Amino acid sequence: MPVPDALEFFIDPGRCIGCQACIQACTECDTHKGQSMIQLDYVDRAHSTQTVPVVCLHCDSPTCAEVCPADAIKRTEDGIVQTARKPRCIACNNCVLACPFGVPKMQTKMNLMMKCDMCYDRTSVGLKPWCASACPSQALAFGTREEMARLRPHAKPVNTFQFGRQTIRTKVNIMVPRDAPTDIVDVTASMHEPTIGREILDDVFMERPDGGDA
Amino acid sequence: MNGPARTTDTTPPLDRETIGAFGPHLAYAKDGRLDTGIEPDKYVKTHCCFCGQQCGMQLKVKDNVVIGVEPWYEFPFNKGMMCPKGIKRYLQQAHPDRLLHAYAKDAGATGGFRAMAYDAAIRQTAEAIDRIQSTHGNDAFAVLSGASLTTEKTYVMGKFAHMCLRTAHIDYNGRLCMVSAAAGNKKAFGIDRAANPWEDILGAGVILVSGANIAECAPITTNYVWQAREQGAKVIVVDPRITPIARTCDLFLPVKPGRDTALFNGILHLMIEHDWIDHAFLEQHTVGFEAVAASVREWTPQRTAEVTGIAVKSIQQAAEWWGTAETSFLCHARGLEHHSNGVKNVMSAINIVLASGRIGRPNCGYATITGQGNGQGGREHGQKCDQLPGGRDLANPEHREYVAGVWGMDPAALPQPGVDAYEIIRKIDTGEIKGLLSLCFNPVVSLPDSHFVRQALEKLDFYVVIDFFLSESARYAHIVLPGSLHEEDEGTVTQTEGRVVRINKAVECPGEARPDWQIIQDIAKALGREQGLTFESPREMFEELRVASKGGIADYSGISYERIEEHYGVFWPCPSDVPDGVPLPGPQGTVRLFEPGSWNPVARGAGPFYFPDGKARLNVTPYVGPAEDVDEEFPIILTTGRVVSQFLSGNQTRRIGPLVDHCPEPRIEMHPRLAARLGIADGDWATAESRRGHCTLRASVVTTIRPDTVFIPYHWPGRKSANQLTIAAQDPISKIPEYKVCAVRVRKADAPPEYAAALEPQQ
Repeated sequence: MPVPDALEFFIDPGRCIGCQACIQACTECDTHKGQSMIQLDYVDRAHSTQTVPVVCLHCDSPTCAEVCPADAIKRTEDGIVQTARKPRCIACNNCVLACPFGVPKMQTKMNLMMKCDMCYDRTSVGLKPWCASACPSQALAFGTREEMARLRPHAKPVNTFQFGRQTIRTKVNIMVPRDAPTDIVDVTASMHEPTIGREILDDVFMERPDGGDA
Repeated sequence: MNGPARTTDTTPPLDRETIGAFGPHLAYAKDGRLDTGIEPDKYVKTHCCFCGQQCGMQLKVKDNVVIGVEPWYEFPFNKGMMCPKGIKRYLQQAHPDRLLHAYAKDAGATGGFRAMAYDAAIRQTAEAIDRIQSTHGNDAFAVLSGASLTTEKTYVMGKFAHMCLRTAHIDYNGRLCMVSAAAGNKKAFGIDRAANPWEDILGAGVILVSGANIAECAPITTNYVWQAREQGAKVIVVDPRITPIARTCDLFLPVKPGRDTALFNGILHLMIEHDWIDHAFLEQHTVGFEAVAASVREWTPQRTAEVTGIAVKSIQQAAEWWGTAETSFLCHARGLEHHSNGVKNVMSAINIVLASGRIGRPNCGYATITGQGNGQGGREHGQKCDQLPGGRDLANPEHREYVAGVWGMDPAALPQPGVDAYEIIRKIDTGEIKGLLSLCFNPVVSLPDSHFVRQALEKLDFYVVIDFFLSESARYAHIVLPGSLHEEDEGTVTQTEGRVVRINKAVECPGEARPDWQIIQDIAKALGREQGLTFESPREMFEELRVASKGGIADYSGISYERIEEHYGVFWPCPSDVPDGVPLPGPQGTVRLFEPGSWNPVARGAGPFYFPDGKARLNVTPYVGPAEDVDEEFPIILTTGRVVSQFLSGNQTRRIGPLVDHCPEPRIEMHPRLAARLGIADGDWATAESRRGHCTLRASVVTTIRPDTVFIPYHWPGRKSANQLTIAAQDPISKIPEYKVCAVRVRKADAPPEYAAALEPQQ
């Protein structure tokens, strides 16, 4: 049974208290027991207790799947991007490197990429995912769009993100202040020089633009 | 109070051999707990054991092992939410360190203890108690109990001490937790319970959080506060540290530790000056306002700022928001209460609530946030040194007569009130108390000035500990009896709102371990004094508790296990009988206290508060500084507290791998301004010293703490223990120790401490 359309996932970093209930909860998920698929980090502990939790955002057109040479990563029709299929995954790490949100994790012991599948075992039977069930501050929340609009009138869900020239639309929403303009950060605008990856892909045999040796 | 520093060596032993045999070792999920697609034998609805909020949860049980947890979405307080401790609590069960036998101290045995037959251990315990009591008098044997036990067990502990042992000396570790709030509430309201259910937080316009690290110590309450803010509430946080709940608050008041009374006096001063006062409420429902008003006249914003270290404009802003609010909720916790002026601090906070008139109505409330698993219920039914069941007083002849009648004994045979937990330790030190039984209490880690505590415990003729793991204190015991985990017994607890909830048994005790109350009853029987201690089940104890509490302030007579289950808990007071014309509480009990027109057994209709005239008391709260202030020799304030992943002395949570991994070791938290002056960088080893001891930990350099204060979390033992430094100064009324302020000096450590290479982080 697919995850019901009306129920959506919302990340509200302003509410996060860094308690790691989500990480502990994630390790209880029946599809990957003992492994957490959540990233939770201090932004700058020296100056703030601000923490930010990241679960898979479940992209409409997942970069991880697009770069997978073995076609191991599947997005089910309900929009959930699943963990790599074990018989296909070649543990090449492409997905880990390509995901703009840093979600997939390579389990080197198992030679398998694992990632958040929005607790498919729970959400597909109408339950909330583990992390959003447990989260004591409801920085991770699961419910309907209407419910969120009613409960959090000062915030709005955003699910379109810009990474350079890549526009990414996701199933998971991030809550941002309702009245603030959408701020699209173009990563390349603040970069000092092109990444090594681009250099190699674009023009691997050419001299570097600054005249140095390749 | 400021004396010379101790000259004797205060370094605790490393105890490596004992740790090797008994832990703390870390448990992680493995085998059946890691298998996927397992169908549990049963889901047991119960509550978390790791704080006073008592979140509802379901334990997944397979083959007498708790293999995991599942949210209990229907339980209304937390609706499935859990903090990391709740999610991983199941790893304490079937743990490799679990005590499966009784043990006797034996220097020749591995780890210093030899396993022995349970019956023999009970017999030896009874013989030792009898020997001490017949030689030195009944009061020479003391009992220390705990507030993480079920209410049934706390009832049995009180009865065991008062009726079986007939010792005056029983006290409990709520002495380190709830007693300042309890005393302050009794003095102001005549009753000791959160005035409001947490639902009232949601509709409050201003929420004032004082000395409560909600996000780490009561994580589920965070969602109530955040939800109120979504609906427009302003959040004011009073704390020396920008804790996670303070990070996005509307107004942060960085109080200098130990100066809280000054702050609340200053706020009340401004409320009076601007006439942000509910005169009608004060007139009708309170006494004492004039004297309090006169006493705060001197607390001008300027003076308040000088004493509290908070900017004048912030004090003014707080007073204005609080003073002009339509609805509000004030909550506090140990940050306000762990002081030698803890009761005064609490009463000064209550004064601004009463002056506002915002109490006893929807969305207008006040509460202390309980800390321990049964922080509320554990302080109501007779294991406090001056208490009898139902919140009755051991010194009150009528109360003695009633309870003695229920117990079937002569009231004259009941002991008189004894002394508090720390005074029990002092009496052990002086030799007045020669024997001790402790349950659910780890004094070596949790009491202040722990060098003194260790030294005292070594003097005991006989010390028996009931525990499920060999706690740091149990290492000092002569006999250790294997008790029960939360999931191995049933009963009730009363959570932070005053809601009585059911703890259900998930698994059987392993080995020779058994429910704590059975062990107590076995000792009573071996003493030949089992009268009144022949219960066969917690339900039977609860039925007697209902009778014993009937007519008291903490009246449970109308509560039954069935009623609790039917209504997701029942709030006390819940009498079974009331006079004609007085309505009985609804099916959920008395959800909100002090509602207009409400009846209680003290006022008997005269008013909503629990005094004969039905009126609340405003109490004059003159500011007095902390017992040990900073000086040239010890120029920095030390304050202590919790982290989210650990619980109390860590006897349970320091054995749960994923929780230890979150925050493996304590760090000494300091502001970069202070760190720069001391030449300490983030991650350096730093030594803090007080007049009582020293402690070397890594430094955490953060801007989220006052530059005149350092913070150390207290969950760790031995050389990592913050309580090597803390002071045993106590509040004169509540006897709570001053964990939140003492004077230290800090320097960069000469070398890494010996424990760093010798012990694992949790040890």
